[in-house]
Amino acid sequence: MSLLRGESVFFDNLPEVRLPFTPEALASLKAGQLISLSGTLYTGRDQTHRRLCALLDEGKDLPVDLAGQLLYYVGPSPPRPGRVIGAAGPTTSYRMDSYTPRLLALGLAATMGKGARSAEVRQAMLAHGAVYLAAIGGAGAFLSQCVKKSELVAFGDAGPEALYRFEVENFPAVVINDLDGRDYYALVAAANKKGEG
Amino acid sequence: MREIDSNEIRKGVRDLTIAAAHDLEPDILEALRGARDRETGELAGNILDLLLVNAEIASRERIPVCQDTGTGILFLELGQEVHIRGDLNDALQEGVRLGYEEGYLRKSVCDPLTRKNTGTNTPAVVHLEMVPGDRLVIRFLPKGCGSENMSSLVMLPPAAGTEGVVQHVIDRVVAAGSNPCPPMIVGVGLGGSFEKAALLAKKALLRPVGVRSDRADVAALEERLLREINARGQGVHGFGGINTALAVHMETFPCHIASLPVAINIQCHAHRHKEIIL
Repeated sequence: MSLLRGESVFFDNLPEVRLPFTPEALASLKAGQLISLSGTLYTGRDQTHRRLCALLDEGKDLPVDLAGQLLYYVGPSPPRPGRVIGAAGPTTSYRMDSYTPRLLALGLAATMGKGARSAEVRQAMLAHGAVYLAAIGGAGAFLSQCVKKSELVAFGDAGPEALYRFEVENFPAVVINDLDGRDYYALVAAANKKGEG
Repeated sequence: MREIDSNEIRKGVRDLTIAAAHDLEPDILEALRGARDRETGELAGNILDLLLVNAEIASRERIPVCQDTGTGILFLELGQEVHIRGDLNDALQEGVRLGYEEGYLRKSVCDPLTRKNTGTNTPAVVHLEMVPGDRLVIRFLPKGCGSENMSSLVMLPPAAGTEGVVQHVIDRVVAAGSNPCPPMIVGVGLGGSFEKAALLAKKALLRPVGVRSDRADVAALEERLLREINARGQGVHGFGGINTALAVHMETFPCHIASLPVAINIQCHAHRHKEIIL
């Protein structure tokens, strides 16, 4: 299967993974692996995180049960008429770091964005059995075509920062942090260091 | 004296914003193709291929290259023999507002304290320079914040010298990691004052990708920085390899005898820029 249907033949024969993850699928992911995601995920970035944690502070229920789900850090551009969504690539993940451990404690199974996570988030992922994926930054037009359905769940007044439910098909992502505690960015850095030595 | 109607400016800016979001310029496409040709890593190579396909899809399907369609940065060179009929600033801001609305671009501008979105992607940041002649040149650089957030400004002691500058730039680029969507373009502003260095770093991004400085010593420094950054092996999206940066552009300006300002403005591979001449 090619992710670029008719465009080209890159990314052939990627492992296809259904969302939400089964525990077995989650455990099978390995740092550095390029995978193809299909199924349901939720979106949120700065404002959604701020508001989710404010709800938790107030002891209120969240607008969606995140247990077992993937939360994708994206603020899409608006769709043209007749389209599902505009550009929909990842935003940088470290801005969510201060909120993420609380969501992982609620059972969130995976997060997806771009760039490395903090030591606290990595530790929380290990503690709660969660993974972190990188989507392809700056490929917003391509990734737009992998989003087959988009539905507003909460915080609509936050515009692009709202919480959406996406149905995605053949959405490419790279596994950065796996359940065994490996970090792909760190592995690359360690390999470079070894090369220098 | 030559007259330019502010309506023409408004329309021109609107068109620039929409074109910039969807159609990458030949300089960045060429740089990405060059990186693809040099790339040896499988994953990095696949991603560079995907970025080139992404650019094609964006242009053909009119989907922005990246969902972060940026803060609007406008650089104007206004000929001193030009008279503008109407309000220049209103025309610029209205052009940006119309472009982001009519082009289905993401509005990403908010109040710094309340974080309330202005809803129009305005105000855009405007840099105006008076120049000889009777033309108005408008350059539009929508700046996404994955890369902008990795920028920095430091006032080094002059004793730090060239080596201090090199070390600082490399440290900042390495610390940025995969956050700014490498392969990146590194704009460096050297000298001037606090604010001048920052402006130079941003203006350095307006230079066509990979064109060296006119100054031989600066050009040599650009090449050295590019070589050393790419030797660190962070690569495309931090996945390893030789393509961490596509180019280093450095702009300089004389500075105080007690000072060595160094500003770094990082640009992602989705390097969107457009210009018109009125």
